[in-house]
Amino acid sequence: MSSIDLLPPLLIAAPILAATLPIALGLWFDRTGWSVAAATTSGLFVGAVALANEVYTGENVIHRLGGYPREYGIELVADEFSMLIVLLVTAVATGVLAYTRRGGPRGNTFYTAYLLLVAGLLGISLTGDVFNLFVFLEISSIATYALVASGDGPEAAVAALKYLILGTVAASMYLIGVAFVFMATGTLNMVELAAAIPEANATLIRAGIGFMIVGFAVKVAQWPLHTWQPSAYHRAPDGVTPLIAALVSTASAYAFGRIIVTVFGVDYLAAVPNLAPIVLTIGCVSVLAGTVLAVIQTDVKRMLAYSSVSQFGLVIAAYGVVVAGESETALVGAVVHLVGHGLLKAGLFLGAALVATSYGARTVDEYAGLAKRRPFVAGSMAVLLFALVGVPPGVGFVGKWYIALGAVESQLWPVAAVIFLSTMLTLAYAARLLEKMYFTPSAPADASRPGPAATDGGTADTDAAAAIRGAGAADPVSIGMIAVVVVAAVAAVALGFAGGTIADLLEPFVTEVFN
Amino acid sequence: MIELLTSHYLYVLMFALLGLGIYMVIASENLVKKLIGVNLFQTAIFLFFVAMAYIDVDGASAPIVPHEGTPGEVMVASPLPQVIVLTAIVVGIALTAVGLALIIRIYSEYGTLREDTLREVRADE
Repeated sequence: MSSIDLLPPLLIAAPILAATLPIALGLWFDRTGWSVAAATTSGLFVGAVALANEVYTGENVIHRLGGYPREYGIELVADEFSMLIVLLVTAVATGVLAYTRRGGPRGNTFYTAYLLLVAGLLGISLTGDVFNLFVFLEISSIATYALVASGDGPEAAVAALKYLILGTVAASMYLIGVAFVFMATGTLNMVELAAAIPEANATLIRAGIGFMIVGFAVKVAQWPLHTWQPSAYHRAPDGVTPLIAALVSTASAYAFGRIIVTVFGVDYLAAVPNLAPIVLTIGCVSVLAGTVLAVIQTDVKRMLAYSSVSQFGLVIAAYGVVVAGESETALVGAVVHLVGHGLLKAGLFLGAALVATSYGARTVDEYAGLAKRRPFVAGSMAVLLFALVGVPPGVGFVGKWYIALGAVESQLWPVAAVIFLSTMLTLAYAARLLEKMYFTPSAPADASRPGPAATDGGTADTDAAAAIRGAGAADPVSIGMIAVVVVAAVAAVALGFAGGTIADLLEPFVTEVFN
Repeated sequence: MIELLTSHYLYVLMFALLGLGIYMVIASENLVKKLIGVNLFQTAIFLFFVAMAYIDVDGASAPIVPHEGTPGEVMVASPLPQVIVLTAIVVGIALTAVGLALIIRIYSEYGTLREDTLREVRADE
C-alpha cells in the first residue's frame, strides 16, 4: 500500500529528474536523449497503469507532500477523473516518442523539454492544490514554448512568442482568480476550498471565477482567444505537434473541469447568476467558429488545429451543460471526449507528420492520391477522421453522444442543435481530405512535386531535415512510424467500443460530484 | 471614498498596474516592451498577494491564523502568500528568459523588434 502511495509524487518527480540526464550525459555521448526519454516515458506508463489499477479497483490514492496536513500542505490526488488523463498523457507521450526516433526532431535538449512537458502535464492532472496547479501549468507551458520554437525557420520563434505572451497573461489571469478565492477562504487545497466556498464572501468568489474562466478560455484555445493555437501547432516541428495538440490544451481543459466540479461545485456554480449561459456561449460559439475556420484552411496542420478549437468548444459547452442542467451524462461526455479527442489528434498529427516527411505534402491538395502510395497511413487517417466526425464506433461518437444526450436531458435545445451542426461541418472538412486521399488521382501532384529521391531539388516547404534524410536513406519513413499511426487508429476504434467501460469507471466520481 | 483610498490604496495600485501591463502588451509595437508589459502584469499580482497578507480587510480570513502553541491568544500572519509570491517570481523569471531568447532569435532573423515591421517583412516572404 505504501509503495502505491509513493507513485503520484514519483510520476511527477521522475520525469523532472530524468530531464536533466539528456543534457548531462550529452557532455560525453551524442545520442543518449532518446534512450533516456524512452526509458522514462515507458516507466511512467507502467507506473500510471499500476496506479490506475489501484484507483479503479480499490480506492483513491492521496499523497501528502512532506507529510503536512491538508490545511497548509500540498496534496497529490489520483482519483477516477485524474487517472484517465494520466493514462492518456503517458500513453501518448510514449507513442509520440516512438515516432520521433526516426521521424525527429532529435538532439538532447529536445528530449529535456519533452520530459519537462510530460512532468508538467502529469502535475496538472495529479495536483490537489489550486496554486500548485498554476505552477504546473507554467512548467508545461514553458516546455511547450521551447518545443514550438525548435521548429524550422524563424516563423516558429514568432509563433512561440505569440503563444508565450498570450499564455502567460492567461496563466496570470488564473492566478488572479486564485488570489481572490484565497482571499475569501484562506486555503488553497481543492477539498478544503469546496467546503469553505459556500460560506465565503460571494463577491470575491465570483470575481475569482470570472478571472479563472478567462484564463482557461485562452489556455484551452476558445474563440476568440484561440489566435495563438493555429500558428503554434502549424509552426512546431512535425514530431512535436502531435504531443502538444493531444495533451497541452487537454490538460488545461481537464483543470478547468476539475475547478468546476471539485473546487466550486456544481450546486454553487448553478446558483451564480449568468454563469452557465456564459460558459455555454463560449463553448458553442467556439464549436461553430472553429469548424467554419477549419473548413476554409488549405494547410492540413492548420485545419486540424482549428478543428481542435471546435472540439474543445464541445468540451466547454459540456461543462456548461453540467452546470446549467446538473447533468451527469454531460460530465461523462466531456471526459470521454477529452480523452478521445487527445488520442484522435495525436494520431492525425502523426499521420500529417509522416506524410510531410515522405512527400513534403502539407496542403490538402497535395494529399491527392495518398491512398495509393501509402495505403496504411491513408487508411488510418481515414479511420481517425471518421472518428473525429463522430461516426460510430469511433471514440468521437461516444463523447459527442453523451454530451448531446446530456443537453437533450437538460432541455438545452440550442446546445444540442450546435452539436449536430458541428458534426455536419466536421464532415465538411474531413470529407475534403478524404476525397483528396482516395478519389483524386495523384498524377498532377507528382508532376509538380518530386518524390523523396529527388528532394535535393525540392520546394520551399520541404524542410531541410527531410531533404538530408531523403538524400541519405532510401525511405525516410520506417515501418515503426507507420505502425504508431495505425495503433492510434485501432485504439480510437477500440476506445469507442470501450465508451461504456469508461463511463462505468467514472461512475464513483460522478456520483460523488452530484451526491 | 477617500477613506477607502487610504486604507485600500494597494488594491487600487494593483489594478492600475494590471491595466498598465495589459495595455502595454496590446498597444506597444515593440516586442521587448510587450514582454515588459507581461512582467508588469505579473508584478501586479505579486503585489496583490503581498497586500492581502498585510491589510486586514473587513473580516477577510486569508492571512491570519491562530498560533499553534497558544490558540485563541496569539494570531500570526500566514507565510503562505509570501511563499506563493516567491514561487510566482521564479516562474516569471523563467518565462522572461524564454521570451527574451525568442525575441533575440526573431531579431537576428528579421532584424527588427517592431511588430508592424515584422508583419511587413513576413508578408513579403
